[in-house]
Amino acid sequence: MSITAVPSDRSDTAVPAAWTGFVTGPWTDHVDVRDFIQRNYTPYTGDSSFLAGPTARTTGIWDKLSAMFPAEREKGVYDIDATTPSTITAHAPGYIDEGNEVIVGLQTDAPLKRAIMPNGGWRMVQTSLETYGYEAPQEIIDIFTKYRKTHNDGVFDVYPPNVRAARSSHIITGLPDAYGRGRIIGDYRRVALYGVDQLITAKKLEKAALDMERSVEDVIRDREELAEQIRALGELKAMAKSYGYDISEPATNAREAVQWLYFAYLAAVKEQNGAAMSLGRTSTFLDVFLQRDLEAGVLTEEQAQEIIDDFVIKLRIVRFLRTPEYDNLFSGDPTWVTESIGGIGEDGRPLVTKTSFRYLHTLYNLGPAPEPNMTVFWSERLPEGFKKYCAQVSIDTSAVQYESDELIRASWGDDAAIACCVSPMRVGKQMQFFGARVNLAKALLYSINGGRDEISGKQVAPVTAPVEGEVLDYDDVMAKFDKTMDWLAETYVDALNCVHYMHDKYAYERIEMALHDRTILRTMACGIAGLSVVADALSAIKHAKVTALRTADGLITEYSIDGDFPTYGNDDDRADDIAVWIVRRFMEKIRAVPTYRNALHTQSVLTITSNVVYGKATGSTPDGRKAGEPFAPGANPMNGRDTHGMLASALSVGKLPYSEAQDGISLTSSIVPSGLGREKDEQVTNLVGLLDAYILSSGYHMNVNVLNRETLLDAMEHPENYPQLTIRVSGYAVNFVRLTREQQLDVLSRTFHGAV
Amino acid sequence: MTTTVQDGAPVVPLGVPLVGGSHTRTQGHGTAGLETTEAERSDRLAAVREGRLGSVHSWELVTAVDGPGTRLTIFLSGCPLRCLYCHNPDTMEMRRGTDVAADELLARIARYRGVFKATGGGVTISGGEPLMQPAFVRRLVRGAAAMDVPVAIDTSGFFGAHATDEMLDDVSLVLLDVKSGDPETYKRVTGRELQPTLDFGRRLSARGTRMWIRFVLVPGLTDAPENVAAVADYVASLGEAVERVEVLPFHQMGRDKWAELGMRYELDDVEPPSREDAEAVRDVFRARGLTTF
Repeated sequence: MSITAVPSDRSDTAVPAAWTGFVTGPWTDHVDVRDFIQRNYTPYTGDSSFLAGPTARTTGIWDKLSAMFPAEREKGVYDIDATTPSTITAHAPGYIDEGNEVIVGLQTDAPLKRAIMPNGGWRMVQTSLETYGYEAPQEIIDIFTKYRKTHNDGVFDVYPPNVRAARSSHIITGLPDAYGRGRIIGDYRRVALYGVDQLITAKKLEKAALDMERSVEDVIRDREELAEQIRALGELKAMAKSYGYDISEPATNAREAVQWLYFAYLAAVKEQNGAAMSLGRTSTFLDVFLQRDLEAGVLTEEQAQEIIDDFVIKLRIVRFLRTPEYDNLFSGDPTWVTESIGGIGEDGRPLVTKTSFRYLHTLYNLGPAPEPNMTVFWSERLPEGFKKYCAQVSIDTSAVQYESDELIRASWGDDAAIACCVSPMRVGKQMQFFGARVNLAKALLYSINGGRDEISGKQVAPVTAPVEGEVLDYDDVMAKFDKTMDWLAETYVDALNCVHYMHDKYAYERIEMALHDRTILRTMACGIAGLSVVADALSAIKHAKVTALRTADGLITEYSIDGDFPTYGNDDDRADDIAVWIVRRFMEKIRAVPTYRNALHTQSVLTITSNVVYGKATGSTPDGRKAGEPFAPGANPMNGRDTHGMLASALSVGKLPYSEAQDGISLTSSIVPSGLGREKDEQVTNLVGLLDAYILSSGYHMNVNVLNRETLLDAMEHPENYPQLTIRVSGYAVNFVRLTREQQLDVLSRTFHGAV
Repeated sequence: MTTTVQDGAPVVPLGVPLVGGSHTRTQGHGTAGLETTEAERSDRLAAVREGRLGSVHSWELVTAVDGPGTRLTIFLSGCPLRCLYCHNPDTMEMRRGTDVAADELLARIARYRGVFKATGGGVTISGGEPLMQPAFVRRLVRGAAAMDVPVAIDTSGFFGAHATDEMLDDVSLVLLDVKSGDPETYKRVTGRELQPTLDFGRRLSARGTRMWIRFVLVPGLTDAPENVAAVADYVASLGEAVERVEVLPFHQMGRDKWAELGMRYELDDVEPPSREDAEAVRDVFRARGLTTF
């Protein structure tokens, strides 16, 4: 464990005035936010009756923004600053309503105006600008095409041919090789608790320690990274200064704590267009400051809520410039400002505070919204009042996702947070190399076709013996699939090593990493798509008779199935065991391949909204799915094949071993309200029961949508009536009306559990 | 699953509440995950007689419809009634079911003990008509009760006499379908007599067994004011044992299945009742002090 020292410019008995009233401990001597929280937070076990509604000021600000959303939805973007490559300090201060905001700071000099961030790759910027009718000045184009190499350039200098082939045939997809990898959570709380100056001094000490070591490659890289981190912290201070704040010292009250923390986050989203720019686990941390002010009588509940509401408004309007292709993969303009709420501490006390409620309450005060991505760490041991409030918010807004606090705490401790949808990491002590995912359904088809692509007919994987004869034999297909997975795992990790080497080199996350310890755990976060397709296909081959149909040149492109077979998603071990085997087996193969910076191998079973795109790129499969049809999202069973109720479906997913998918296993469930009970009280109680049952059955993650099909159909026809209709898809929430029509139809085709 | 057509599984089993626009229950069902039994004829008969083996249509984990909490609802095959509006005509005949051993179902019940505990749920034995297989049901009920799992039975009451007092001791809730209050109407709707149902309800009331009463409102068939009043009067006479009444508006989701089974469906032209009409009928029950949905 690395200890980052906080240099002491004070005597041992005195603490800075900003810390008055806090219980001291190890956190006062070195950076240790968790220790600060544990010693100072006030668990709250009551209900939601203390909460305050929005102030007129809050509503006014939100209305002002809401009036701008239709134009943004119409055009795709509200506005773009095409002339200023974004850095922490590149843009002048911006306001929604200057002088009237409780928490200030925007990514650019105006709300909803998007910045260009070319370090990830110039092509992405160029395409985006063209799409929306903007043009960058020639000198900017020259800089990023002639003088300054980007991450994207770097990656394509080093990709071997097999990676390129796998990439263009869509068996390896969504690699962050042209855009920011994201999924790194800076410990933004550190800025509020310590002030920037202490963090800079601490980083300087870390660097000084490195100066004592020999200058070998690893050490040189670490020194350079530290130098960049220190520089970024300086820029953070300068940026805050431009808004009239000096954040070199710790925050002295609740509003400052939120403001300091937000500036740190803002610096990150000014600098990085990451696929997911998650916030961390901030509510209980901030509660310590809010509680101190409330107890001192210098803050009312209404003011406390107003601060949180204003903060959340800022988080809701984080924007990145992206291409239409990107939006096809990750639909609805998501930013994954994921905030992890609740959970139980190692000592058994719930980490639920009043501010946990206040965060969720913004979904009422401001109306439902996809961001920030509200993520509740669920445990049966959470206080009843909090559980019920979460269930109520879910039923009313569909804007909450749940992750197993039991599984996350056991693996990563009680100060972990989710990046993106389901990826857990210890805040400030761990980061991941985001790896998108491979298409396992396509891999199965490659193994049947001797390594040839079922759509193009091209030889993508190495030549192997294709399946012979008419009827598919289970043992034969399994042996071939196993070999294909070997090749796929090697090619995949190879690709990721190239991507992350270059990302560190050309698009390093300076400010986010400045808010980490020096020694961190890195994970290589691989992922799989098409799990339920492969599980059902193998089950069909095993339990029914699957006949292969060939084209003239011998390529197998269609299958006919004779007989019944068990399907994944019905708590039927015969099919579910196959899904479990797939997850275990592919993880084993991933682990066999060395990783860049010795990252720990993990994988996720998650597709986000890309299940539609993957399905499009994949031929017919032996489970009866036709070419081009969508996969099920994440670890979901195939639509319509989970026929024994929502919980039976969830219990099948709960069988997937978390130890073999430590980057998370995603399940999205849609329920109609009456499927939860007759009355609101009954619905709340039943949803609490379902979540308890699922988490106790080792379920990892669940998106809960409580919606009527009719509502969604109406929203497709009359989007103008549903500007805030939020639904959860595969680990994040989106505005339903911002999905493409294709994705809307996919959501509609998903199994709706009438009676759960 | 079947790759051809969806096998004739119930879209909406009898008694599913139709509120808030929810008309569909997950399709398909079946006995996935249950070991099915194929026995010699003589062995089979002995096993059925002793209740070791039963004819099962499907199972499902449901919430808030077949009793409190999340429940394992087991649909048995076979029913003595021929309700004109039946949503699940494929459960009418026992021969269409799958043979499943009681022990196999009890193993699944054991598997969900944690779920029942967390959600305040339990097992619901439905059908078809569960009391058509009383020995099998007795074995299931005893086995579940021995595991401290609450058991509900969803029945028309026509075979109420098949339920022994000993069996009912293990039952915590009866979902009783009172399909009509007027004996003539009852006969027209179901082809059977009303009296056994009335007797069974009174017996449960005298024993203090908790009940949820279901009444399906079919325009032109069961909606006559006298008929509704007769049901309501009867239910009110059962006293405190009745916990709630559910008035279920008729719908057409079961129509296709009649055709698939080659059976004649007589309600082709019947429109579901309006929301207002259904509410008016609920008010008839509420006026008698009954908690009604």
